[in-house]
Amino acid sequence: MKQLSTKVTSNAHGQDSSYFLGWQEYEKNPYDETKNPQGIIQMGLAENQLCFDLIEEWLAKNPDAASFKRSDGQSVFRELALFQDYHGLPEFKKALAEFMEEIRGNRVTFDPSKIVLAAGSTSANETLMFCIAQPGDAILLPTPYYPGFDRDLKWRTGVEIVPILCSSANGFQITESALQQAYQQAHKLDLRVKGVLVTNPSNPLGTTLTRRELNLLLDFITSKNIHLISDEIYSGTVFGSEFVSVMDVLKDKKLENTEVSKRVHVVYSLSKDLGLPGFRVGAIYSNDEMVVSAATKMSSFGLVSSQTQYLLSAMLSDKKFTRTYIDENQKRLRIRQKRLASGLEAAGITCLRSNAGLFGWVDMRHLLDTNTFEAEFELWKKIVYEVKLNISPGSSCHCTEPGWFRVCFANMSEETLALAMKRLKEYVESTDSGRLMSRSSHERLKSLRKKTVSNWVFRVSWTDREPDER
Amino acid sequence: MAAASDKNLLSKIAGGDQHGEDSPYFDGWKAYEDDPFHPTRNPHGVIQMGLAENQLCSDLIKEWIKVNPHASICTSEGVHDFSHVAVFQDYHGLPEFRQAIARFMGKARGGRVRFEPERVVMSGGATGANETLMFCLADPGDAFLVPTPYYAAFDRDLRWRTGVRIIPVECYSSNDFRITRQALESSYLKARESGTKVKGLILSNPSNPLGTTLDGSTLETLVGFVNDKQIHLVCDEIYAATVFSAAPKFTSVAEIVQDMDHHGHIINRDLIHIVCSLSKDMGLPGFRVGIIYSFNDAVVSAARKMSSFGLVSSQTQSFLAALLSDERFVDDFMVQSSKRLANRHGVFTKGLEEMGISCLTSNAGLFVWMDLRPMLKDQSFESEMALWNVIVNKVRINVSPGSSFHCSEPGWFRVCFANMDEETLHVGLRRIREFVLGNRNIKKTAADNKTRGGWQRNLRLSPSSRIYEEHALSPRLLSPHSPLLRA
Repeated sequence: MKQLSTKVTSNAHGQDSSYFLGWQEYEKNPYDETKNPQGIIQMGLAENQLCFDLIEEWLAKNPDAASFKRSDGQSVFRELALFQDYHGLPEFKKALAEFMEEIRGNRVTFDPSKIVLAAGSTSANETLMFCIAQPGDAILLPTPYYPGFDRDLKWRTGVEIVPILCSSANGFQITESALQQAYQQAHKLDLRVKGVLVTNPSNPLGTTLTRRELNLLLDFITSKNIHLISDEIYSGTVFGSEFVSVMDVLKDKKLENTEVSKRVHVVYSLSKDLGLPGFRVGAIYSNDEMVVSAATKMSSFGLVSSQTQYLLSAMLSDKKFTRTYIDENQKRLRIRQKRLASGLEAAGITCLRSNAGLFGWVDMRHLLDTNTFEAEFELWKKIVYEVKLNISPGSSCHCTEPGWFRVCFANMSEETLALAMKRLKEYVESTDSGRLMSRSSHERLKSLRKKTVSNWVFRVSWTDREPDER
Repeated sequence: MAAASDKNLLSKIAGGDQHGEDSPYFDGWKAYEDDPFHPTRNPHGVIQMGLAENQLCSDLIKEWIKVNPHASICTSEGVHDFSHVAVFQDYHGLPEFRQAIARFMGKARGGRVRFEPERVVMSGGATGANETLMFCLADPGDAFLVPTPYYAAFDRDLRWRTGVRIIPVECYSSNDFRITRQALESSYLKARESGTKVKGLILSNPSNPLGTTLDGSTLETLVGFVNDKQIHLVCDEIYAATVFSAAPKFTSVAEIVQDMDHHGHIINRDLIHIVCSLSKDMGLPGFRVGIIYSFNDAVVSAARKMSSFGLVSSQTQSFLAALLSDERFVDDFMVQSSKRLANRHGVFTKGLEEMGISCLTSNAGLFVWMDLRPMLKDQSFESEMALWNVIVNKVRINVSPGSSFHCSEPGWFRVCFANMDEETLHVGLRRIREFVLGNRNIKKTAADNKTRGGWQRNLRLSPSSRIYEEHALSPRLLSPHSPLLRA
């Protein structure tokens, strides 16, 4: 008799994907400024390490929160040690709701009683799947998408992912036809579609969904009577234009408190905005009482440590701190993204124009030998082993076009980023000299600029058509 | 609201009631929540004795925190570690944390077993650990054998999202609820005959709700049984360090595995898995520290990947690594905890004995398994519920009726003693005494009562008691404050 479950014996956890293999290589030979300057630079890790100084400063100014003490000097240790109520610490949920509102310019409100805490957005997303879908159901996701979704949404839930195919022709935006095609594809596969899940801002694209896309999505789920999950884990990393949440659009379309609004759920986390992935703080926000009720019970399987809830409720209740942090975080991210983009440009590489996230979606199609995923894999291996940069190949994100890579920029020092760009430039120049045998460098640069311009032109013209978008 | 269509929009799991929280047992909780006892502010309120928490040693940890500011990443002494810990989400866990846990587990077993840090896998409390193990060891429709009486929330933790079924293995008071080979075989056979695939056996040792530890021969029986059938054995050892009596000693299944290695017995180690937690031993349920320790490499690997769904906060890992690495503190803590639990247990059981109430002899846990069979109108679960309603509403103590633990015999109640201060415990004893004396015709002394069955003759409900009838309530209110909400 087979001894272990099929979940264990299959590899549906998805961890054999190249996304994780690059990590393993990095672990074997990690870059260190002094101890291992020739090592692999980690650019596959979407971490935000830019603002720890602000948090550490806050901690220094708030020793009570740090040492289990209330402002009146009373110890809360015992209370916290025993606190395992799956409704969560009320002060924490209130502070979290207000923080989420602040990130959205206080244009929308979040009711703390509709928040369900989870052990990271990893757990939040899985829990939502358990609530809205079962084995044999499907959820539609626009490509490219976060590789971890293959595990988080499918592994233990038995739910399938059917991709909504997006292409570079329009900057990877979601179109009506792509949505319909995905829906029909699910039917062909005999799967019942229960919802659409989008990450907004997008991982790996680093872009926010346009109002047009959000309206499209809401119309789609309305007509199909399905759910919409908006994973807004990167909402606080928007450094360009203003972030338009699905909650904004619901409000603008006057759909609050309607049937549709009950099927729209937001996922959040403090792992990216505050750079605290170790603390495992995730949240589900839903207007559906039954979802809130079921998800709350399920959170028993992954509650947030009371110690962590307490610390963060103090921190997020400090409005001066949160205001400063959000602004400063955005500023530093904007600068970093610019450094990445200009560093890439010096190497003749462009990236998708982005306004959020901790990474760039980089176009290396021109560096492929052939327009195939095999060629992408070969290029990726060269970049990991020769250029010594761990970046994430687009195929690991289920991108339909070979040649795109996600490159993170917020998990290292400025110097390390500069070094990474330098290595990349040297590599491209060395291969360029190889390619000179087939094409003149002038022609190369010309065709490069064309591609660059067309990417930019498309997004710019899109903005022109939507004057309300900023 | 179109409720029917709403249900269709949600999964069966979310729309159903398999989470078990709509069970009618949560009246006691509601009664407590509505009217909680407080020695000065509400001396007539309901005393909470349905909550298996260990509040006896938090002062020791508090003291330690005061003199070890470096243990926190938030103090000036510890903040240099803040950014490193804050980004640490590696599901292997902080190395110092794993090592400290492995050492702690060894100490909780009297130093008789050595645990390898590499096998320590984190989970969202023991709640998360048990669910994860089910996901690893069984497919939907498969079953696990569970000896009765068992922890009520197993119904949710083992079955709800996993689709795994529970097959009870009945145990009886006639042999102190020990698990027999016969009972195991019988349940196993019945399952097989109905076409159900049994993937393993899961139990808590020390037992919740019994408070007893498995004796050596029962443990060997269990290991032999699973080995014969080549099915898994999951030992939830969450109460390991709540053993307060030197004898009988607590034997972890890990010792059996270790000894068998030494004595060359053939045992398939791939079948043995242990669950631990710091929620009971150290009284830190809020910190959500669950541990899976498996002797099966494939399970360690899979469970570790699944731990992404319930990692321990790195802030907490870091703090506990420091706390548990302080060997002197841990050794002292365990001695103190044992002593205080023994004292509590002694005070409580002696107090009960004096009024003619006996409990199952126990050597561990945060509760006693109280025998109130003589107080039942008849040996039925309806009578048990009626008595329970009296205890909650008249005596004003929240206790847990045996039926909520799937006990096969009516009349047993789990009563917790470690989640309150000593004064409150005495108030509880006083109330019980008043109730008992007001309803019983006690002819013999406690000493005589020790004779098996002797006290049963004495403890008849006096016909003058009308309290039963008054409080034999019918439909109960569903309480939102279920004990199951305490993960």
